[in-house]
This record gives sequence, structure tokens and C-alpha cells, in this order.
Amino acid sequence: MEFSYNWDWSVLLCTVEDVEIGCIAPYFYWIVEGFGWTIAVASAAWVIAFSWGSFIGILRTLEAPIWLVVPFLKPSMKYKSSVIETGNGAVMINIGWFLHGFATVYVTIFRNIPLLVQMFLWYFVLPEVVSKEAGMWLKREMPLPEYWTAVACLGLYTASRVGEAVRAGINSITQGQHYAAMAIGLTRVQVYRCVLLPVAYRIIIPPLTSDFLGIFKNSSLALTIGVLELTAMTRQIDEYSYQTFEAFTAATVLYILVTAIVMFAMRIVEGRVAIPGMISLGAK
Amino acid sequence: MEGSFDFAIILKSVPYLAEGMVLTFQLTFLGIAGGIFFGTLLALCRLSPFAPLSFVAGSYVNFFRSMPLILVIFWFYFLVPFIVGHPVGGFWSVTLAFIMFEAAYYCEIMRAGIQSVTLGQVYAGQALGLTYRQNMQYIVLPQAFRNMIPILLTQAIVLFQDTSLVYVVGLGDFLVHADIVANRDNRLMEMFTTVAIVYFIICLLGTFYIRRLQRKLANA
Amino acid sequence: MLKKLLLSTVAIAFVATIQPAEAAESRVLKRIKERGVVNMGHRESSVPFAYIGKDGKPIGYSMDICNMYVDKIRKVLKMPNIKVKHVPVTSQTRIALMANGTIDMECGSTTNNLTRQKQVAYLAVTFITGTKLASKKGSGIKEVEDLNGKAISLSQGTTNEKAIKRIMREKGLKIKIVPVKDHPQGWLALETDRVDAYATDDVLLYGLISKSKNPDQFQVTGRFLSYDPYGIMVPQDDSKYQRLGNVLLADLMRSGEMQKIYDKWFNPGPTGINMPISDTLRVAYEIQALPH
Repeated sequence: MEFSYNWDWSVLLCTVEDVEIGCIAPYFYWIVEGFGWTIAVASAAWVIAFSWGSFIGILRTLEAPIWLVVPFLKPSMKYKSSVIETGNGAVMINIGWFLHGFATVYVTIFRNIPLLVQMFLWYFVLPEVVSKEAGMWLKREMPLPEYWTAVACLGLYTASRVGEAVRAGINSITQGQHYAAMAIGLTRVQVYRCVLLPVAYRIIIPPLTSDFLGIFKNSSLALTIGVLELTAMTRQIDEYSYQTFEAFTAATVLYILVTAIVMFAMRIVEGRVAIPGMISLGAK
Repeated sequence: MEGSFDFAIILKSVPYLAEGMVLTFQLTFLGIAGGIFFGTLLALCRLSPFAPLSFVAGSYVNFFRSMPLILVIFWFYFLVPFIVGHPVGGFWSVTLAFIMFEAAYYCEIMRAGIQSVTLGQVYAGQALGLTYRQNMQYIVLPQAFRNMIPILLTQAIVLFQDTSLVYVVGLGDFLVHADIVANRDNRLMEMFTTVAIVYFIICLLGTFYIRRLQRKLANA
Repeated sequence: MLKKLLLSTVAIAFVATIQPAEAAESRVLKRIKERGVVNMGHRESSVPFAYIGKDGKPIGYSMDICNMYVDKIRKVLKMPNIKVKHVPVTSQTRIALMANGTIDMECGSTTNNLTRQKQVAYLAVTFITGTKLASKKGSGIKEVEDLNGKAISLSQGTTNEKAIKRIMREKGLKIKIVPVKDHPQGWLALETDRVDAYATDDVLLYGLISKSKNPDQFQVTGRFLSYDPYGIMVPQDDSKYQRLGNVLLADLMRSGEMQKIYDKWFNPGPTGINMPISDTLRVAYEIQALPH
């Protein structure tokens, strides 16, 4: 081989002398710290992705009109089909098409822009287009600006994927269940809360697992806006020690380990909560 | 940063940006072509009755699917020159990274595609005296491929978006060229907004095309 | 006529079969000869050492030196058609790309230090600078100590990053660090008030200021926080190849040509950086102008 590479695993323990900086802390701790940030980014982003994504997914399954009661509003004849006068001064507006449209536009936008570009939009562009005070808050005053920007970006991005999974889950439930639930007098909220969602979530465990692992892996993009997560720490060790591959190997092992554990755990969960007689949507 | 957007600055750099877009498309096409090729081979291995072969293919897929693409890009970027023993340009290292990475995903798609071909077809092929290879080549794979076209294309859009990650190694794709212009002219906001819109339009057109194709295939 | 032609053919054949002595012994020259290409690693935003010009091609002080280096290689290998392939590098990728043989030279603003010499080698020192701080005028920041409780952006993988972190450790300063990929991002962070200061080599700070929208808004302050002598980076363990570059630089420094290249980029330079040569650098030129 033309190029020499001297493997030296001891760099992870930082026993190599470093003429410039000395041993700050064993690089091993850098990896632990980076791993901690990776988990922190991924789990916080998942909370957003799961809750907001579920909401988006549900909105996209709504079909019948949804009436919003607005008091003291004069109905305009133009939107007759979506406005009803209640008679006591208030009107009811059909916002179903609006909610449905909003969710669709949301999913379209967030799925069709590369995540890295979205990250830059949140980090570089957003603080400059809002008011000066809000911009300063985003950049300086809120705690851990880089971290929360990355979390928001990853969460909102993955929400579009979770939303699609939830929609697919709800749509895969036979209409009969829906009608049966309405027939026993449940309100629409109850239909979703007690019948549709509990079934849908069980069906979509595999795609949700893959979305969660997606967040976990995509959290590495946070390094581009200065979050020192696992991949960034790996790069940093490389820069300090010039032992590229030891650090990369350590990070790779960690990523694979977590993925394996999550997949294993979710398979057990899936088996536990499976509804007898129903097959899951299947791993993608 | 001064408030007003100045989009005129972007018009001046269109040729340079177009150059970056060419590289983005090159990466995408090579990634798709190589990914589908190796992915199909992997899928055949995974479905092979010979246990060690399917185990190796399965491990390959699981390995690459557990890794963040950024890390894979870094690995290949630094490792490939070591392995081949002489320097290869960043472009080929990264292309190889995409091919190997995408192969894992295309493998799963092709596997589903192959399994979607009814067994009767396979038996019919066997009855005609076709060898395994002929059966795959003329009967199963063409159908698997056709069934999976929409999903393959959806994955292609994902790959198109993912090529932006070469940013981390500074390879001159669309995003990197935009970044360079943005930094040179101090116009980061305009540039990133433009980049987002361009990606969005291209991906959206792709999505519409796929949806049309899906309808067509469903009617056929 | 025929005889002449035959003779010249024989001569060409003969020249082609003997390897130039350098190429025979030098690993890097050998691979350049085989490929007919020099892979020139360069930074994209180190003004005015190596940055992307208006036509999209890298230009700068280091780029000029590197192009002369390539000319020298062409002459020595007797291959006037050797092509140059530009490979963009960042502060994070340059060392690894040099160590794994992707690039044959790195032209930018790289500090020659002993840690890095474990992986790469350098040509003679072509510039001398050190870490300083840039901040907004009126921010009241003079020295790094004034940043206690404030925020600073630092390019990852630079000697500046390490220098600042070392001082923070020694003095127990609490400064929030915003890690950035490269100079423009670090500068942007300062410009948009994300941080209070950006630290890098003072010459680069002047370069960044000269290209900013409101140059009057910024200041470079404080003492030198590190000593950063720049050199063109070359692969390790190839003294023949390295010597070729050092011969070139000694010649340039002896003849005064080096001073002219310096003035072209710095005094005042295309970006208006306006930095006459320092006494230290002039002396460095003199000391390194080794005789034949």
C-alpha cells in the first residue's frame, strides 16, 4: 500500500502526547459526551415529531366538515357553502378544507426540501427575517440555541414522515370500525381517541421505528450548525489526534449498537401489542 | 445583516450554480444506477436459499441502514484512497459511498419487488426449462422492476435530496456552490432561500411525475 | 531529412525511457508523472491566500506559489502538459486528504506546527501571523479576557480553536463557543450578533473585514494569542519533492520575486486588505533565501 496509516487505538484514551494542547480529557469522554448530545437531540426531536406528526396525520384523514363556532361575525354570502348561521348571533365556519389543506401543504413542503437545507433555513435565515428582538432571542438569548434549532428542525421534518405513517395507519382500518364507533354514539374526537388511533398506532409500529431511527441518524446533521454530537466529536478527535479511523470506528459501533437495540426492543413491543387477527403494515 | 433581499445577485451566479447542479445530478444518477444494480444483486443474495449468502447480504443491509449517511460519506471520503492504494478524487469516493449506501435501501425495495411476482410465474418459467438465471433475467426481475418503479423513483428523490450532504466534505454540488457564492457575496439568506426553492420545485415535479406514473400503472 | 527525423525519433524514444532522476526516487513525483496530473488542494475562503475568484476559480497568494511549484514540477519531469486538478479542502479535511494521498500539495493558510508534522510536511514559511479577535466596534472587547461570559465563534480544526481553548482553560474563562465549519460561517455569526467575537489569524480577519458589507463596523483587537507560521503543506517522507518546493521558494525569496507576489495580494491587494509586509516576514524571507 502506498500510504501508511498507523493504527493507534490508544488515542481514544489519550495517552499520545500532544505537543500543542496536552491531554485535555481522554478522547473517550468526548465520544461519550457526543453520544449524549446525539441521544438528547434525537429524543427531544422525536417528542415533536411524534406529537406534531400525529396531529398532521390525523388532519389529513379528516373528511367530513369541521365546524368552528365564531361569535359575532356577519356571514358573507360568498362562502355560503362553508358558513352556517346559528341564529343567536354566532356563525359556524367549516374549517375542514383549511385544516386538511394545511396538513397537505405542510407534508409537501417538509418532504421536498433536503433536511440539510432546512437546517440552514432554521439556523441562518429564520433569525434574520423575523423581528430584531425575536432574532436575537433565537440566536443568543434562548438557552442552547444551536441545540434547540436542531431539535425543532429535525422534529418538524420528521413530523411530515410520521404524519404520513399515521395517515396510512388510520386509512388502513376498515371503514366498518369507523361506522360502528359512530353508531354507538361516540363523538368524532372519541372515535379517534378510543377506536382509530389505538389500532392505527399498533399497526404502524414498524414505520414509526424506522422514523425514530431516521431521527437518530439524521441528528448527525446537527453538526453543520455547531452541535457537537457524536459525528462532530468524531471529527474533532480526528482533528486533534489525526487518527481518523479509530474515532470513526468507535462512532460506527455506537450507531449500530443503538440501532440494533431499538430494533430489537420494538420487535418485542410489536409482538406484545399486536392485535390478534390483524397483520401489521410490515417493515418497510 | 442588512434586511433587504437582493435576488439580482443570484442571477449573476447562475452559471456557477448550474455547474453545481450538474454535479448533484451526476451523483444522483450514478447513485441510482449503481444502487439499483448492487441492490438487485443483494436482493437476490438475500432471497438465496444458501444461508451464508443471505446472511451476509442481510448483514450488509442492516449495517448500512444503521449508519448516518454523513458518517458513511466521511468513511468513504477518507478510507477509499487508502483501500485502492492511490488517491481517487472526492467525487468517486462520494459516489461510491452513495452507491454502497443506497444499495442497502434498493435491496429492500427489490426484495419486495421480487416477492411481489407470483410464484406461478416462476413455476411457469421453470416448466419451460429456463435456468435460474434466465428465469430471473427474463421473467422475474423485469416484472419486479416494473412493479417497484414508483418506489424506486421515490427513493431516487430521497437520494437527490441526500446528495446535499456532500456539503460536509466540500464537494462542489449545488448546495456547496451556493454556499460559496453566498459567502463570497455575503448573501447567505437569499442563497439558502433560493436553494430551498430550487430543491423544492425539482422534488415536487418528481413527486407529481411519480403519482401520474402510479395511476398509469394501476390502470394498466 | 529522413536521417534527421529518425535521429530525433530515437532521441525522443531515449528521453522517454530514462526516468528523470527525481521521479525515480520521489513517490509523489512518480505518481504525478504517471497520472500527468497534480492534485492541488486549496481553501475556498482564505482571503487572500486561496479563495474563489469571480470566475469561480481559486486564486490568491498561496495559489500563485503553488502554480509556480507546478511549473517547477513540469520542468523537472520534462512534462510541460501536466494538468492541475483543483481539490477544495476545508480546515477539517486538509490533513486527512494530504495523509491519504488525495492531494499533492495544499495551498491555503495552514499553520506549520509540530503536531501536524507527525502526518504531513511543509515547505518554507511563506507567511507569519497569529490568532487575534475580531469584534464589532463599540463592543468594548479588547482582549480575550473581556469575552468572559460572552460568546465566540471558532473554526473547527484550526490552531486558533486550540489556542483559545487553551487560554480559557488556563485562565478559567467562561466563554461560550459556537463551532463553525469555515471562516465565512464564523464571520457570519459575528456579523449577525450570534457571537461577540470571531478568532482566527489576524491577516484572515483583515481579509474578512475587507470583504464584509460594512468594513467600518469591525475591529481587530488584542495581543497575539498564538504564533502561526504558514507553509504550503506537502506529503510526508518525500524529501526530493519537498526540496523542489523549497528550492523554488529560496529562489523567489533571494531574487525579490517573493516580495512582488506579496505586494500583489496584500499591498493593497485585490480585496483592499492593505497590509504592507511586516518586519518579521521580511526577515523570514531573508533567512530562508538559502544559497545554491
